[in-house]
Amino acid sequence: MTTVETARPPVDRRLGVSERKTRRPRRSLVGYLFVAPLMIGLGVFHLYPMLLTIYASFTKWDGLTPKHWVGLDNYTKLITKDALFHQVVRNTFLFMLGAIPLTVVLSLVLAALISSPRRSMVVYRLAFFVPYVANSAAVAVVWFRLYSGRDGVLNTVLGAVGIHGPDWLVTSPWALVAVIIASVWQSLGYPMIVLIAGIQAISESVNEAAAIDGAGRFRRFRYITLPLLTPSLFFVTISQFVVSFQVFGIVYVMTHGGPGHDTDMYLTRLFNVAFGSGQLGYASAMSWLLFLIIGALTVVQWRLQRAWVFYE
Amino acid sequence: MNATIEGGAATRLLANPRFTRTMYYAMLTVLALGFLFPLLWMIGTSFKSGPDTVTHPSAIFPAHPTLTNYAAALHILPRYLWNSVELAFLNVVFLLAVASLAGFAFARLDFPGRDLLFLVVLGSALVPGIVYLIPQYAVFRDWGWVDTHYPLWVPRAFTPVFGTFLMRQFFLGIPKELEEAARIDGAGVFTIFSRIMLPLGTPALATVALFTFVDSWNDLLGPLIFVNSQRLQTVPVALALFRGLEFTNTAALMAAATITIVPVFAVFILAQRYFVMGITLSGMKG
Repeated sequence: MTTVETARPPVDRRLGVSERKTRRPRRSLVGYLFVAPLMIGLGVFHLYPMLLTIYASFTKWDGLTPKHWVGLDNYTKLITKDALFHQVVRNTFLFMLGAIPLTVVLSLVLAALISSPRRSMVVYRLAFFVPYVANSAAVAVVWFRLYSGRDGVLNTVLGAVGIHGPDWLVTSPWALVAVIIASVWQSLGYPMIVLIAGIQAISESVNEAAAIDGAGRFRRFRYITLPLLTPSLFFVTISQFVVSFQVFGIVYVMTHGGPGHDTDMYLTRLFNVAFGSGQLGYASAMSWLLFLIIGALTVVQWRLQRAWVFYE
Repeated sequence: MNATIEGGAATRLLANPRFTRTMYYAMLTVLALGFLFPLLWMIGTSFKSGPDTVTHPSAIFPAHPTLTNYAAALHILPRYLWNSVELAFLNVVFLLAVASLAGFAFARLDFPGRDLLFLVVLGSALVPGIVYLIPQYAVFRDWGWVDTHYPLWVPRAFTPVFGTFLMRQFFLGIPKELEEAARIDGAGVFTIFSRIMLPLGTPALATVALFTFVDSWNDLLGPLIFVNSQRLQTVPVALALFRGLEFTNTAALMAAATITIVPVFAVFILAQRYFVMGITLSGMKG
C-alpha cells in the first residue's frame, strides 16, 4: 500500500511536466496572435505618432520640408509670448468654469428626478440622453439658427416670458455663454446615466431605515444618497474636465471661434495652427502642453478627492 | 374657518398619491419637452414651407407642412450618407474583430507579459486623441493615405481600448466550465473563441458595436483633417460646410440635420439598454 502511494506521485508529476513543456510555448503563441492586431495597431497608430510628436514639438516643421531642430523654442514661445494662445487658454478655462459645474449639477438634479426604476422613467431618460448621441455638427447647426439674429428664434421664445435676449453669437460675453449652453445641453446625458446607475446601486435598505426614522425625501437625498454618490460624482467631474478641455465641434461649426477669438478654444486653435497655417511643430508642442495640463488637472482632482469623496 | 377648510382640502389633495404622481409626471414632461425644444424645432422646421419659415420662425408645428425640404436635402446628401454608412460599417466590423480577439486573450489565455500588455492598453487611453492626430497626418501622407477613407477607419478599428476593456470584463464573467468541457471534447482555442465565447458575448459585442457606430457616424475632426475631396466627405462635415453655402434656406438645412441625426436615434432607441450597460460598465471603474 505504501509502495503504491509513493510510486504514484512521481508519475503524475512527470506527466504534468511533459505536458506543460510541449503545450506552453504553443499556447502562449496563440495568446500573442490573438492580441497582435490590437498591439500592432496601438504601436503604429498611437505609440509611434506619440513619439513623433514629442520629437516634432522641438522642431520647426511645416509637414513638407524636413524638421528643423529648435530646442525648447516652441514651448517658450507658447508660454511667454503667444498672446493669442494665452487668450485661447483663458477662453477654455472660462468655458470649463461655466460648463463643468452646470453639467454636473444639472445632470445630478435630473438623475435624482428620474432615477426610480419604474418603467415609465425610461422615456424621460431617453429624452434627456438623446442630444448626446446627435453629431455635434447638426447640434451646432440647429443652435446656430436658434441663436442668430436679435429677433432670432431663441429671443422670440425668451421674449414670450419677458426676457429681452442679447444678440447671442456676435456680442462678446454672450457668444461664450451660447457655446456653454449648447454644449451643456448636448453633453448632459452621459453623466446623467452614470449618476442614475450610481443612485440605483445604493441599497434600498439604507433609505428605508432613514424613512422609518422619519427623514423626508429631501433629507434622505442630502444625507444618504449624496454622500454615497460621491464616487460617481468624482468620476463624472473628472471625465467632464477631460472632455470639456477638448471641446471642438460646437465651436468649430457654430461660432468659428468668433467674434474675434472670443470663443476660440484650445482644440479649435490647435486645429487651425496645424492644418490652417501648417505649423505642425508648433502644434505638436501645443498638443503636448494640452496633455500635460489635463494630466496635472487630473492629479490635482485625485488629490482633492480625499476631501469630499466618500468610499464605503 | 373657511381657510382651514381650504387648507384641509389642499392637504388632502397633496396626500393623495395619485395626485402627486400625476403632478410629478406633468412636471417631468414639461421639463423634457422644454429640453427637447431645439430638436423639436429642428424637426418641425424641416417640414415648413418657405413662407412659414419667415412668418413663424419659432413655431414648432408648420402651418403648411411640405416635403420639399427633404427633396432638396436628399438631392445633395446621398453621397455623404453613403460615405458615412460605409465607414460606420468598416469601423464596426473590424473593431469588433480586433477587440473581441484581444479581450478574449486578456481574459482567458495565459502568456508571459499578458498583464503588462493589458496595462499598456489601458494606459494609452489616458493620452488625449489630439496628440496622435498631427503626426498621424504626417504618417498617412507618407503612406498616400491622405484623401482616402483609410484614415477614418483603420486607426480606430485597430486601437479599440474601450472595446477591448469591455470585452475582457464580459468574458471574465463567463464560467470557465464551458470551455473546459469543450477542451476535453478536443476543441482548439479558436473553436472555443468562435463557437462558445463569441455567441455568449453578444450583449458586449452589441454594446461595443453601438458605441463604435455612434463614434464613427459623428466623427467631425477626422474627416476634416484627412479628407480634402468633397466626394469622400461624410455627413457631419457636409453639414458644417453647407451651413451657409448650399442650404441658404433654414428649412432645408434642418431637413439635412434631421436626416443625419435620425439613424443614430433609431439605433439608440432600439438598443438603448446596451448603451446604458456600456456606460455603466465604463463608469464603474472609479
